[in-house]
Amino acid sequence: MADKIRVRGLSVYYGELQALRRVTTSIADRAVTALIGPSGCGKTTFLRSLNRLIDLIPNTRVEGQIFLDDVDVYSPGVDVVDLRRRVGMVFQTPNPFPKSIFDNVAYGPRIHGLSNQRRLEEVVEQSLRRAALWDEVKDKLRHSALDLSGGQQQRLVIARALAVEPDVLLMDEPTSALDPISAGRIEELITELKAEYPIVIVTHNMQQAARIADWTGFFLHGELVEFAETERLFTAPKEPRTEAYLTGRYG
Amino acid sequence: MGTPPRRTLHVELEALQDEIVRLGGTVSAALERAVRSLKERDRTLAQAVIDADVEVNRAALEIEQRSLTLLATQQPMASDLRALGATLKLVTDLERIGDHAKGIARVALRLGDEPLIKPLIDVPRMAEVVREMVDRGLQAFMSRDQDAALAMAALDDEVDRLYRAVFDELLQIMIDRPGTITQATHLLMVATHLERAADHATNLAEWLLYVLTGERRELND
Amino acid sequence: MGRGRRPAGTYWRLDPDLVARRARRLRVERLYSWGLGLLAWSVVGLIAAILGVIVWQGAPAISLEFLTQPPREGMRSGGIYPAIVGTLYLVGFTIAVALPLGVGGAVYLTEYARPGRLTRLIRLAIVNLAGVPSVVYGLFGLGLFVIFLGLGTSILAGSLTLALLILPVVITTAEEAIRAVPRSLREASLALGATRWQTVREVVLPSATPGILTGIILGMARAAGETAPILFTVAAFFLPRLPVSIFDQVMALPYHLFVVSTQIPNMPVELQYGTALVLVGLVTGLNLLAAAVRARYRRARRV
Repeated sequence: MADKIRVRGLSVYYGELQALRRVTTSIADRAVTALIGPSGCGKTTFLRSLNRLIDLIPNTRVEGQIFLDDVDVYSPGVDVVDLRRRVGMVFQTPNPFPKSIFDNVAYGPRIHGLSNQRRLEEVVEQSLRRAALWDEVKDKLRHSALDLSGGQQQRLVIARALAVEPDVLLMDEPTSALDPISAGRIEELITELKAEYPIVIVTHNMQQAARIADWTGFFLHGELVEFAETERLFTAPKEPRTEAYLTGRYG
Repeated sequence: MGTPPRRTLHVELEALQDEIVRLGGTVSAALERAVRSLKERDRTLAQAVIDADVEVNRAALEIEQRSLTLLATQQPMASDLRALGATLKLVTDLERIGDHAKGIARVALRLGDEPLIKPLIDVPRMAEVVREMVDRGLQAFMSRDQDAALAMAALDDEVDRLYRAVFDELLQIMIDRPGTITQATHLLMVATHLERAADHATNLAEWLLYVLTGERRELND
Repeated sequence: MGRGRRPAGTYWRLDPDLVARRARRLRVERLYSWGLGLLAWSVVGLIAAILGVIVWQGAPAISLEFLTQPPREGMRSGGIYPAIVGTLYLVGFTIAVALPLGVGGAVYLTEYARPGRLTRLIRLAIVNLAGVPSVVYGLFGLGLFVIFLGLGTSILAGSLTLALLILPVVITTAEEAIRAVPRSLREASLALGATRWQTVREVVLPSATPGILTGIILGMARAAGETAPILFTVAAFFLPRLPVSIFDQVMALPYHLFVVSTQIPNMPVELQYGTALVLVGLVTGLNLLAAAVRARYRRARRV
């Protein structure tokens, strides 16, 4: 399978603290890549360096390269706004804007200059359908997004990300704030979406990674300890530190 | 550090391993008793072996149940997952060895006091090797000893060699004396039981290798 | 199970010392609760008394004529219409100046400024501005707007002075409101490819609007009630006509109140209290409005 993203020797420093240590890996196209590891291991930093959201944190320094389709996203000529349009992100807690369902999904297209109402309606419907939410909200698009349940909000947020037609989807623990049923729905959705997108998901839930990911990377102390096919990583990890973490003998 | 994470899982996994070893000891003994009952024409002993198999099946079922519960509730990963998967397979292998012991005891019962067509030499020898395989397999399982497992699996060749010898000999007897066919067939069944039991014993080594390395290797060629 | 198991029976056998200590602690507790309650209620009582006197004394003066006519006979009769209109003008122009400046400053401080010496300095300046006596603002306004910039005593000079006065309140509340907008909303917007400014305009400010409004209304109340800053910059002693441009002087309620209470001999008391009642009513009304906006905001913000 073709690699959508190639990461080469990526190190990230928050001031004096080194959050990532020379991470080198590749993210496959049209597949789910899960990142696991204990809290503070660098997996979220890795995710947020892919769309340069870590730029928002003062005193951050990045070394190494991240190639998205052969363009280094940290090279000087790169337009961060365009990069972030191409790399969609879903966060840990559902964070719809305090606007209507329609305006939430239309937000991205609008800021990127789409103002034709008919076209907007098409995009909104299509995105909501792809996020498996359309049937539940088609009659109340003008209602506040905050009236939706947590699981619906998370699917809305996914629809919002899909509306700008990204090349990659990043998800930062997308189900950790949801009940098991809603989480299951999101997992199903992720499995469907991988037919179209490469998806990178950070999760604390190893079973979730085992269920939905094709590839899994294990981070520890800012280091990518092991990266392998999910099945292999969870049944027969090669690195003793992965083994120790997976069997709960870590630390 | 306080309580290590996943302590319940590991305690239970160890308990299951003990159960496996205990079950292995039981079927190994059953094998020995079955062959002895045949050799010594001891119908009471044969019946006892058959009756005891119920206990083996019950123990096997319990191990299966506990393994499945552990799988559902603890969702083990990596070597823990392999150990649990191997336990589920091992318990079947051991239970089958028990079934073969029961099969041999059935033959002993069927033959009754009927004089044997030949002195039993290779069959008890086979049984001894199979027992040794089971015992050394369990030993290797407990000590997580890869080399011991491989050495044990190599004994299967000896069993196969003995099986061919028994087969040839019984065939010759049947050709020479057609009146012996019924008994010879029964004795052939005993040899087949033992040969199968040895294959299951070889599986012990295969599963142990899987637990240790994460690789499935066919040792039964 | 094994942890902390008590010998049977000891649980219920209470130590007499302990019982006594507990009883004493309870008495002290009651005393404090009662004492603090008294203090709190005395504040309420004081406010009620002030409002009571003003309403009691001022209500008879309130009439349509009082509210819609200019003063007559050396202000000893007639109404306070020009003062009401003047105050409304002043408040309006003050907000027109303070709103963009205050919100802009708050947005800069929260969204753009990198934490450092400069932002610390700005914050320090804001805090200190809030502590400057209002009469100093008046003198500053006189010096800068009236004389140096040549605006004369005018609505413009007065509004600018008042705007400076309420700027700290507006900036601080707006900053708080903007800070209260969850970071995840900003990140969501930025992650969709929005620029910082698009994020501020489309997500942050709409979410912060109720909080910002609260600050603005509180600022309005402050601007409506202040006397000292307008004394030298805009307020007219007596001007029975309405202003026609922002370079005109106006009468204003607080200053008019000062005038009728202290500068005019033989002033009917009810007119003084009537003026006070209108001013207090205006300020209280604005404060209540702010409270209502806050309450609605809290209800609307479902999590």
